[in-house]
Amino acid sequence: MLSVEKLSKSFGGLQAVRDCTFKIEEGSITGLIGPNGAGKTTTFNMIAGEMEPTAGKIVFQGQNIAGLPTHKMFHLGIVRTFQIPHEFAKMTVLENLMVVPAAQPGEHIFNNWLNPGAVRTREDQVRQMAEDALDFLSISHLRDERAGNLSGGQKKLLELGRTMMTDAKLVLLDEPGAGVNPTLLLKIREMITRLREERGYTFCVIEHDMDLIAALCDPIIVLAEGTVLMQGTMEEVRSNPDVLDAYLGGGEEAA
Amino acid sequence: MDPVLYGYMLYGISLLTVGGMYAILALGLNVQWGFTGLFNAGIAGFFGIGAYTAAILTTNPHASHVGGLQMPYIVSAITAMLVAGIIAFLVGKVCLKLRSDYLAIATIGIAEIFRLIVNNETWATNGPRGISQIPRPFEGLPEPINQVAFLGVVLLTLAGVYWLMEIARKSPWGRVMTAIRDNETSAKAAGKNVETFRMEGFVIGCMIMALAGALMAHYLKFVNPQTTDPLLATFIVFVMLVIGGSANNKGAILGAFLVWTLWSASEIVAPRLLEAIGMTDAGIRSAYVRIFLIGLLLQIFLQKNPQGLLPETRPSSPGKNGS
Repeated sequence: MLSVEKLSKSFGGLQAVRDCTFKIEEGSITGLIGPNGAGKTTTFNMIAGEMEPTAGKIVFQGQNIAGLPTHKMFHLGIVRTFQIPHEFAKMTVLENLMVVPAAQPGEHIFNNWLNPGAVRTREDQVRQMAEDALDFLSISHLRDERAGNLSGGQKKLLELGRTMMTDAKLVLLDEPGAGVNPTLLLKIREMITRLREERGYTFCVIEHDMDLIAALCDPIIVLAEGTVLMQGTMEEVRSNPDVLDAYLGGGEEAA
Repeated sequence: MDPVLYGYMLYGISLLTVGGMYAILALGLNVQWGFTGLFNAGIAGFFGIGAYTAAILTTNPHASHVGGLQMPYIVSAITAMLVAGIIAFLVGKVCLKLRSDYLAIATIGIAEIFRLIVNNETWATNGPRGISQIPRPFEGLPEPINQVAFLGVVLLTLAGVYWLMEIARKSPWGRVMTAIRDNETSAKAAGKNVETFRMEGFVIGCMIMALAGALMAHYLKFVNPQTTDPLLATFIVFVMLVIGGSANNKGAILGAFLVWTLWSASEIVAPRLLEAIGMTDAGIRSAYVRIFLIGLLLQIFLQKNPQGLLPETRPSSPGKNGS
């Protein structure tokens, strides 16, 4: 579905990602792990269009998409969540979800004045979708709360909820479990599996919680110092001495 | 009628008329600053573009300036908005990629450029002496009917702008604008073309400002470079919006009328205050004291009500929790 070919990104003298090559298979939940500073989020940012690669290709469904802006990636079906929740703080939880879907006639300002009927029809659909997503996440009671007032874990759920408002093909989750309590973590895990089954999403997950990775992901890609160290199942990753080395610092101070 | 009472009535009408025009300006700024966080510090420029366009289009031909086309008011008002919209688009193309504080600097620059042009291009604008004898709707009617009728025009325009902007605020378009204000990265990740939406907000806001400028030109019957004085056409509009409540259209209107009333009253109160404490040259000094007082008012007020008199509300969404 997505293949990353010799992807590189430099910030001045620092090469955050270099010659990174891997594939994400359709229908998989691919894990992306590695020590801090391995280039995981930078890779995500390039796939999601937030950063332009210094070199290399990102091929999504046969098309090289490297360097396209974020909003275009969204319309191709690549949707991301953020490590630190990026909620729309002053908007209600329901609005946070309703703002996401594409093809809203009301986003063209003149339609609101000249064709309110079409706007209302779509608006009712979008609201229903948002209500369903809130039900699915069991946060319906927070519907009219300002998103900025939610707890850290609830904001994480809202991040996931936004991906449900799209026709995503590939969902990039950046540390969905960070700062989330164990009960909520189970919930998030269940959600990801359900979304794959019910909606056919393909996932790529960055995560430091190895239990979550073990429970969800196959295959797992290990990044270290900006490049792919290995790819395989959890057992293979666990038994690979290089991975341990990378995490413990391989001669350098562990980050 | 008792002449004193009659004087008060005329004062009241003028207060409401100018307040109404400021309310339109504040609604324009609200689209930019309130809805989507664009720091336009060049309101005076777009206000001035509106005022000069209306002046040039509706006056009688005169040797001292271009135009004098004697066009109907409605044509001149629409043209004023279109001209401002086109200029806003060009300015936006260059400036909207800048981060908020740089946008403020750039827009101040644009407004100053406009002021210098009208000041120096005497062949077109009659320079510092300005354009006079601008017609005003209903001026042929006897006083005070003519003043009341013009007030009616202003309030109807205000009501129209409010109605359109209230629909816009509650619409999916307004929702995207707020999303961009709250978190630009996330709005992009939700597939929104942030630059396009920003441009729309900027252009619409500037067109509304130009409409207020056109009304002001007809009301004063005179425009000169002083009309685009940043104090009275940029700074005070921000004070109005912030005190009234950013992102709240009702707040913008309330703030405009309130601050204009206070500002207007300070013209009478400030010199007397200075005389009372025995200061010499009270008349000259009071002009500066007024600016000081309005700044002080903003400071004190914001300490108590950082969200303004009418804080932002979100449009209620019908559904199972009711609302």
